[in-house]
This record gives sequence, C-alpha cells and structure tokens, in this order.
Amino acid sequence: MADPRVNGGQSAPPRRLSWNDPDVRSVVYQVVAVALVGIVGWFLVSNTLHNLSTRNISTGFDFLSRESGFAIGESPIAFGPENTYARAILVGILNTIRIAVIGVILATILGTIIGIARLSKNWLVAKIAMIYVEVIRNVPLLLQLFFWYALITETLPGPRQAINVMPGVFMSNRGIKVPAPTEHFAFDLAAIGFMLAFVLIFIMVNLAKKRQDATGKAFPVYRGGLALLIGMPLLGWLIGGAPWELDVPKLQGFNFVGGATLTPEFAALLFGLVLYTAGFIAEVVRSGIQAVNYGQWEAASALGLSRSQTLRLIVLPQSLRVIIPPMTSQYLNLTKNSSLAVAIGYPDIVSIANTTLNQTGQAIEGIMIIMAVYLSISLSISLFMNWYNKHIALVER
Amino acid sequence: MKLLATAAAAAALVFVAQGAQAGATFDAIKAKGFVQCGMNGGVGGFGAPDAKGEMKGIDVDLCRAVAAAMFGDANKVKHTPLTAQQRFTALQSGEVDLLARNTTQTLTRDASLGLIGAGVNYYDGQGFMVTKKLGVKSAKELNGATVCVQPGTTTELNLADYFRANKMTFKPVVIEKLDEVVGAYASGRCDVYTTDISGLASTRATQLPNADDHIILPEVISKEPLGPLVRQGDDTWLVVVRWTLNAMIEAEEYGITSANVDEMLKSDNPNIKRILGVTPGGGKALGLDEKWAYNIIKQVGNYGESFERNVGKGSALKLDRGVNALWTNGGLMYAWPIR
Repeated sequence: MADPRVNGGQSAPPRRLSWNDPDVRSVVYQVVAVALVGIVGWFLVSNTLHNLSTRNISTGFDFLSRESGFAIGESPIAFGPENTYARAILVGILNTIRIAVIGVILATILGTIIGIARLSKNWLVAKIAMIYVEVIRNVPLLLQLFFWYALITETLPGPRQAINVMPGVFMSNRGIKVPAPTEHFAFDLAAIGFMLAFVLIFIMVNLAKKRQDATGKAFPVYRGGLALLIGMPLLGWLIGGAPWELDVPKLQGFNFVGGATLTPEFAALLFGLVLYTAGFIAEVVRSGIQAVNYGQWEAASALGLSRSQTLRLIVLPQSLRVIIPPMTSQYLNLTKNSSLAVAIGYPDIVSIANTTLNQTGQAIEGIMIIMAVYLSISLSISLFMNWYNKHIALVER
Repeated sequence: MKLLATAAAAAALVFVAQGAQAGATFDAIKAKGFVQCGMNGGVGGFGAPDAKGEMKGIDVDLCRAVAAAMFGDANKVKHTPLTAQQRFTALQSGEVDLLARNTTQTLTRDASLGLIGAGVNYYDGQGFMVTKKLGVKSAKELNGATVCVQPGTTTELNLADYFRANKMTFKPVVIEKLDEVVGAYASGRCDVYTTDISGLASTRATQLPNADDHIILPEVISKEPLGPLVRQGDDTWLVVVRWTLNAMIEAEEYGITSANVDEMLKSDNPNIKRILGVTPGGGKALGLDEKWAYNIIKQVGNYGESFERNVGKGSALKLDRGVNALWTNGGLMYAWPIR
C-alpha cells in the first residue's frame, strides 16, 4: 500500500506533461543533448565532404585496394611494393602491436623488480633504484629514443667489421643477427609444444592448488613450469627428427643474409619504451606495496613466512588492487608512445599511414585510420585490464 | 609532432566555412597585402634560413617574385616552413596561398588533391649517394643495400620501382626528420641515401662532415619537375604565379638582369618592351600593375641570377645548369612568350 501521507490517501493523479515534473525535464534535456551532438556531427561531416568536393579532393577508402608501391623495412608478414595499401597498413598495425606487447611485458617485469628494489633494506640497491627512477622519469622519451638509436648506430661497426659475439651471432649497426631455424616440420612441432606447455602449466597450477587445499602439501610449481616450458618444445623437436640445420647469417655484398634480425630501430624503440615506462611502473608498484598495511608483514612473519614468501604470497596479491588501475594507464602510455617510432625509423602504423596519406593525398582518411587503430588497441588493453581488476578485487561478503 | 600539424591542417578542412569563388584567392591576397608562401625550411638552395636568419633559396625567390608582381614589393611575403607531409594539406586548407617547396608535379597531385601546378622552376631527378669507401660505381650494384629515405614524398615510390625494375632487393630505413635521416646515413646505418639530386648535393655540401667522402651515383632514376602549386578554383591567381615564373625565365632569355633592367627600359626590342610594360597591356590583363615584370627583375632578378646565387656556382651546392639551362642553350627552360 502506498503511504497515505504522500498524496493524502487518494490515488495518484493522472500524469500531465509539466515542466515541474523532473522525469519530463530529464527526458527533454537528454533529447536536446543528443540532438545537439547529432547536429554538430552532421555539420562536421557534411561540411568536410562539401569542402573536399568543392576543392576537387577525392575522398573515401578506395585507395586501400590500390598497389602501395613502397617497401617496408621490417614486417612480420610478407610485404612488397606490389601489395596493397590495406596490407601495408596491416603491417603497420602488426608492428605497433608487436612493440606494444613485448614492451608491456618487459616493462612490467623490469618495473616490478625496480619498484621492489626501491623498498629493499639494502641501502645501495634502494638508492640505485631511486636514481634510476628519477633520471629516467625526468628525461623526455623522444630524447631517450634518439640516444639509444645514436648509441646503436654510431658505436657499433658496419656489417663488414661486425662483432662476432659467438658462432653465428653478429652485432653491427645493421642490427643483431642470430641464426634462425630453417623451414622444417620439427620446428613447427616445437612451437606447438611451447604453446601446449602454457596449457599444461595452467592445469598444473590448478591441480597443485587443489592438492594443497586438500592435503597441505605444496607442489614445486615454478620448477615444474620451467621444466614444461623447456621440455615440451624439446619433445616436439625430437619427435620431428631433431634436425640440426640452422639458417646462419653470413656476409654477402653489403649486408648479412639469412638468419633473424633485431633491427637497430626496433631495439632502440624497445629499449627506450621499456626503460622509460619501467620507471613509472616502479613507482606504481612501490606505492602499491606501501599501501598494504604493515600489520600484514608482521602477521606473515609471525606465521613463519620468509620475507620473499611474504612479498610473493601476502603483500603483492593485496597490492595488485592498488597497482592495476594506474598500471593500465602506463600500458596505454607505452602503446601510444610507440608512435614516436616515426622519429627513428621503425615502421609502425603512424609511419606507414603517413607514407600512405602522402602518396594518396588522403590526409583525413589516413589520420582516421591512425586514430581508429590506437583507439582499438587502447580500448582492448583497457577492457582486459578492467576485467583483470575485477577478477582480483576483494570479494566482499 | 609533425602529425599534430598535419592533423591540425586536416581539421581546418573539417571546420572552415564553405565556399570558394573564382578570384577569391587573388582578391583575398590583394586585401591582406602579402603572400603567404609555403616553403621548405631546411633544404639549402631551395628554402632555408641563411646565417642572418633570412630565408634564401630558389623557391623563396619565386615567392618574392610573386610578391613583387602583386604589390611591387618583394618583401611582402610571409614564409611558412612545411614538412613534406604538411604541405598539401596546408595549401588545400588555405593556410598558405602558394606552395613553392621543391614539390614534384605529378598526375595525382594535379588530379586528386584539388591542386594545380603553375610551372616548373627546377628540373630534378632522384639519385643515390654513397660513401666512397663502399666502392660502388653504379646504382645497378646496389642489390641488397640498406637505403635511408625520408617519407612523405615520391621518393619512396621511385626507390621501390627502381629496385623492382632491376630485380634487386633493398631494406628501407624511413625516418621523418631530415637531420635524423642524414645522421643515420652518416653513421653507416644505411649504405645509401636517396632523394632528389639537388637535395643530395645540398646535404653533401651543408650537412655532412666531409663532402669529399661521398659520391652521387650517375643514375637518375626519376623525373622530378619541381615547381609551385596553387589551389584549384582561382584561375586568376594561378595565372599570376605561372606568368611570374615565365617572366623570370623570359627575362634571362632576353638578357634582362636586375643590374641592367633600368637601361633595358629604353630598349627598342618589342619583346623587351612588352615584358617590362613599356608597351602596356600585359599587366592589365593579369590584374596587376604594368610594371609587374620590371619589379620582379629589379627586386629579385631573372631565373639565371636566382639559379646561380642559390644552387649554382655562386652557392655551396655548386650544381651545373644541366637540363635547367635555357632552351637556347640546350636545356629545358622554355618560357611561354609574354605577348
């Protein structure tokens, strides 16, 4: 029953459209807001199209299917001048994703180590970590990229005088050349084994947890995981007939042929991004650890856990709640900062889209592609990190 | 970043009010009293600041000549240094009135960018520069080479075409800023640096520590007719730019220089009389003062003077006239008659 005091015990009067009705007002405001956004959007689009057509500038994405006509220095997939612009842009996207994924993984590992080192009881370790963070954070990233690029190209010798680090490995200003596996069934099997190892580790960790819950006995998951990571690819290689032929780089003409290459551009960009972002991640990790109540440390040591066990089992899991949101920002920063690649010649999406928009003259389309790519990558990272954040959040009862 | 500027110029296309009538550009320039000229800020000989910070170059001279024709004063120019990527968007959006930035005239640029070429002020071609100690004598020996190249030009396209046509492979290293790409070449990251031959000569003379260590290979792998561009839609303005260039070349052909132009006013040659406005008509047809060409020659000089002082023997680049000689001397510089 309705509370009789609200409307004097009578049934509610029929609703009328009145400005005094907050529901009506909010609907009107929302309609107006949506209409305004729509009108501004329509104006921008139609105005642009009109301007472009009066200036005889062709528009649209038809150019994507035309032959690109330019070459790309490094590409995870086969690419040549005879391929289309669409494929060139795909190469750019893959190159950006490649640097972002490897960069995020390495920056997280390095940043966590440095963050923990800053809290070390060892004075020297703590101070070195602090100096690292302060120096790296306060020098602009672009300068650091130029520094690493110049360091690699200026200090290493030319390919004909390359440093032979160990048999088959050459360092020169053309990059680091390493032997690569030849096309062979066994190496495919090894790759499959490597991926299978991850699945097995996942199963093993779950089983070990169940066993510990049931019996209290711990299972050496780290050693087991390592054994799987090495053993499974090895097994695949052995099943494939254990071939020994490797594609060893050798000097021919101007440069090395064969083998795999870590180019100076990729290396400089990776160094720069990882070292720079690690400085920020270190601070995020440090603040996360310090946010955990000191009582947790004391309680853990009262239970007889060692310092490293306390950190690994008690403190880090709790600090993750504090760490993950700012960490997401750092991952996004690293991804977006990778666009500085254009300054040192790594063919990322910005570099390739720039060439494309210049050869075709379609600047608006080119910039829209760049924006869409970064938006998609960044939103994917955000979505994943938000999911992970929920996953590790405290379950309140 | 460069990208930001490109994006801003593109945004200008999104936001600027609609409408551009014939004559609008010409009238707007007359009204504001100066020519906004997009040019290269960093290639010596074409457009770069000198020791005093003044812009100098063959393209800068062309801009000054247009200002002299429009206003009778070659100094009524404002320069906007543009990167290769910004240049077309800057012209399309109206940020600059005239683009004189060692830009190659191509079909795509004429037909699909809403721009139109107004002539050629330097016939160039793409070439390769290598260090002498590499021991290479011909571009045909460059199979497998690593090539440093700047993006945003026809250069990347020509490079790929040349290697494809000769069934050779190469690795490009594409760096946006000229200083950085030259630095990468100088440090040995690349075997080869490629751009237009005038650009190679400019880099060798002004940016590399020891010019004699580098050679420009004999092969010219492309045709690069460099010249000024304007927006489509204002033919009055197009004609002014085109005839400014023609007047400079025509003046050289008839021996009119900045030094003797006043004497030439007394010449009996009907062509010279028409050029200098002694016989009136030309200026009025262009919507300019009858002294338009006189002002160009007096204040800027003829084409030959501009060439020698910026890229020729009187400059650091020391380029030969080559194909840029007058047609009467076996070159390609052939001005349309002023009559």
